[in-house]
Amino acid sequence: MADIKDTQWPLWEVFVQANSGIPHKHAGSVHAPDKEMALTNARDLYTRRNEGTSIWVVPSNSVVASNPNDSDMLFDPANDKIYRHPTFYIMPEGAVGI
Amino acid sequence: MNEQKNLEGFEKIINADKKVEPRDWMPEDYRKHLIRQISQHGHSEIIGMQPEGNWITRAPSLRAKLILLAKVQDEAGHGLYLYSATETLGISREELVEQLQTGKAKYSTIFNYPAVTWADMGTIGWLVDGAAIVNQISLQRTSYGPYSRAMIRICKEESFHQRQGYEIMTHMARGTAEQREMAQDALNRWWWPSLMMFGPHDSNSPNTGKAIRWKIKRDSNDDLRQRFIDKTAKQADVIGLTIPDPKLQWNDERGHYDFGEIDWAEFDRVVKGDGPCNKQRIAHHLKAHKDGAWVREAASVYAAKRAKKAA
Repeated sequence: MADIKDTQWPLWEVFVQANSGIPHKHAGSVHAPDKEMALTNARDLYTRRNEGTSIWVVPSNSVVASNPNDSDMLFDPANDKIYRHPTFYIMPEGAVGI
Repeated sequence: MNEQKNLEGFEKIINADKKVEPRDWMPEDYRKHLIRQISQHGHSEIIGMQPEGNWITRAPSLRAKLILLAKVQDEAGHGLYLYSATETLGISREELVEQLQTGKAKYSTIFNYPAVTWADMGTIGWLVDGAAIVNQISLQRTSYGPYSRAMIRICKEESFHQRQGYEIMTHMARGTAEQREMAQDALNRWWWPSLMMFGPHDSNSPNTGKAIRWKIKRDSNDDLRQRFIDKTAKQADVIGLTIPDPKLQWNDERGHYDFGEIDWAEFDRVVKGDGPCNKQRIAHHLKAHKDGAWVREAASVYAAKRAKKAA
């Protein structure tokens, strides 16, 4: 086993759900050799004070992220579609419950 | 995207008080400054476990032992949050650990002082964590997103550290004559090194200018130091201990405490490696790292074996 290089192990991203019914939220990362230990390490590191009811761990190199330089291209088109918002529409006087 | 446009985008984020995120373009100096500052902060948490870890087996009660264990575990956690934030800047955990072990990266000078009595556990919590909190509250507003998020999390957890320390000091200051003397002695030894934690005077701090302009740091060393002194002087009064500075005095006009000059020659000596425990701290880190090598190796082999089986 002497040919095994000393390592800090691969990086995993950690997502914690604080309570049932709400989304998992990115908390940070941990290092671990496999998914079981990634989960154990994430639990020790990110939920020492009842911060969670559920944890996801994902290999960091599996996360695909958008490029900040593309932000305009990706997100600007939403700006000119104000008809997607309910306030765009004019309701007749006296209408209630809508 | 050309350099000029990148820089404009970066400055727009800074000027709007928004956060810079890992995939955003940033000047190389900004990245370098962050790697140095955040890793130094992380190393301080990791090395900071040593003076207190030393007292876990000698804590005076089961309650004290449980608290100290939880506190040292938190410090490991804080170190890991900060390492995780540093890694988003493109440096690996291996490199970070190596920089600490070879002395290329620094950690806070405060952890090169020995913790010789139980009162030191009180003083470390009260003063050292107290000073760290003042600094960290300010850093919650730092311009780099992952660093800011780590600071917010750490601040939430850290206030128990300071309160448990002050509780130890209160008990000892109100205890037997011997305990009182021990508490005062610990305060005498830790007061000045705690003030040095905020770093050199602003006039003598080469990295402050850019760090403030880029909003990595939100307050200057001297402002943070003053904030800490104002809070702590009153806390010492409450428990009847005397801060070892004859020049410490409330200044009505300034609305702050005046205080004596820090021994910067001592600070320089400890930064350069000549403090009471510098060698011991790194030697201990190296030993723990080496002693853990078989665990890392076993876990890697086990993971590889299982992956092979699953394939």
